[in-house]
Amino acid sequence: MSTLDTTTDVARRPLSGRRAHLGDLLLQGAAGLAALGAVVLVGLIAYKIVQGAKLSLSTFGLGFITHVGWDPVHLSFGAGSFLFGTAITSIGALILATPLSIGIALFLTELAPGGIRGPVTALVETLAAIPSVVIGLWGILVLGPVLRDHVEPFLHSALGFIPLFGPPNSAGTGIFTAILILTIMILPIISSISRELFLSVPGELKEGALGLGTTRWEMVRGVVIPYTRGGVAAAVILGLGRALGEAIAVAQVIGAFTGISWNLFNPGNTLASMIALNYQGASSGLELSSLIYLALILLVFSIIVNIVAQLIVRRVAKRQGLAQ
Amino acid sequence: MSSAEVRSLERPADRLRRRRVANRAMELLAWLAAASAVAILVIVVFSVAKQGASALNFDFLTKTQVPFAPPNVHQGLANAFVGTLVIVGIATALALPVGILIAIYVNEFARPPVRYGIGLVIDILAGVPAIVIGFFVFGLIVVAHGQSGWAGGFALAVLMLPLVSRTTIEVLALVPNSLREAALGVGAPRWRATLGIVLPQTIGGVLTGATLAVARVAGETAPLLFTSSLVTNNIDWNPSHPLQTVPVAIFELSESPDPADHARAWAAAFVLLIFILFASLTARWLATRSRRKLGRAAG
Repeated sequence: MSTLDTTTDVARRPLSGRRAHLGDLLLQGAAGLAALGAVVLVGLIAYKIVQGAKLSLSTFGLGFITHVGWDPVHLSFGAGSFLFGTAITSIGALILATPLSIGIALFLTELAPGGIRGPVTALVETLAAIPSVVIGLWGILVLGPVLRDHVEPFLHSALGFIPLFGPPNSAGTGIFTAILILTIMILPIISSISRELFLSVPGELKEGALGLGTTRWEMVRGVVIPYTRGGVAAAVILGLGRALGEAIAVAQVIGAFTGISWNLFNPGNTLASMIALNYQGASSGLELSSLIYLALILLVFSIIVNIVAQLIVRRVAKRQGLAQ
Repeated sequence: MSSAEVRSLERPADRLRRRRVANRAMELLAWLAAASAVAILVIVVFSVAKQGASALNFDFLTKTQVPFAPPNVHQGLANAFVGTLVIVGIATALALPVGILIAIYVNEFARPPVRYGIGLVIDILAGVPAIVIGFFVFGLIVVAHGQSGWAGGFALAVLMLPLVSRTTIEVLALVPNSLREAALGVGAPRWRATLGIVLPQTIGGVLTGATLAVARVAGETAPLLFTSSLVTNNIDWNPSHPLQTVPVAIFELSESPDPADHARAWAAAFVLLIFILFASLTARWLATRSRRKLGRAAG
């Protein structure tokens, strides 16, 4: 094992000290430049977004983040209602998608008969390949009317004492539709990562539990879930990142409303959908800059979310590498 | 505490039955979860196919939209199909070589801490929301030079880059070191060993990654809204102009109140979906093939 490791190092060592060939220098230079380019690109994205948001940053400062309202006539802008929309849609989608995804992953790893395991895995992954604009189109024209005519009145009459399930609106678009659409979009992400994690649980542990007489569910709860907890958390966080940033499908179904409403059946707007709906132009430089400010908030969120998720993933991978 | 006492008072047979029932219930829920995911996919694909097929005809692929046309005139989205072809082509031409070079650097040259750092940067880039990338390219190119197919292609390339480099890194790591050593051992310089021996081993995996990345960005709307959306209805192959694309056309048509526009949106979605599902299947087939081949080489 150790000899293999040393040869790895020799075969891949950077070209210091060795007789350097012109072609070697060229390839290493080009490859290094490309890698440097990726780093510069991330920096440049951050720089350009901050630069674009500068006017709004200097006009409104940090108060922009909590201010509710978007008034192009009086040049008063704030991210408050969109932050609310992003939070309520993402959290709603996570609440629905997390148990569903874990259920799917458990089905695929523990329950599915051999013949349908492969096809169902492929179908769930195919769900991830459907473009958001197509899911959004389906969301407005097919899902929205069904929700408006059947699901929302039912939820209102059954759970109407909770403010979240207020009277349905007539359009069929709104926060609730957006939550369902986001759930569909993050389902394949969380379930495919969870499936891989569940597959990594050592067979001896599972057999040991079953051998002690546990039922399959007790084995899952006692062995599989504790063993993969960190990784599943990372998968959920990655799903959150996707839900935060989804602009198009949400823009299509959420109904574009600025303000805070706790009734899930009312329209709303998220950071990303607000930007997408205003692509045909802002009425002033300040409005455009404020839209880019929204993008800046989104960028900060997505970077934090991704770094946290990746750090967890790497820690889990390292631990499992050591365990084997 | 009290529940434990209650449990201990239960007769063993009852407890066993309760545990079995809990197990059954959980198994049923897992079955239901998987069934619902498959059902959603089937319903979405079926809706698109049903509504799209009825609005789809040859004119839809070859003609363009005519404003204020009488309802019996067949209209199409040929300009969007052409635009998507051009813009995705530009994106692939930019992202594929750069992505492969990044992977070569990470796998063949970089020391472990650098490898870790660049890997993290690629993951961060993959996590940047598409709409933010749209605004980035807006600030970088569009503010100074206006919207264009080039700007749209560049925005999609930024999205493709992490996808391509990540899959290439994965397949490069699968190439057995004995191959690298053999090539270096017979005196091949490093660049020939890498480009002539190592990289060709990964061609299947790289193609898989590239196909998946093309399928992914061909359906992206958000990065194009700010970079290539102020368009005409003419068929245009010139990337110096802003070009209409299939996803942006679907987005605009879906926001319209006119049912005829909805029919066109369904037809465009149907064509896009066929392309993407076909590309995904191709990628899956390439992946199984190349894995088998790499498995043989390693064995």
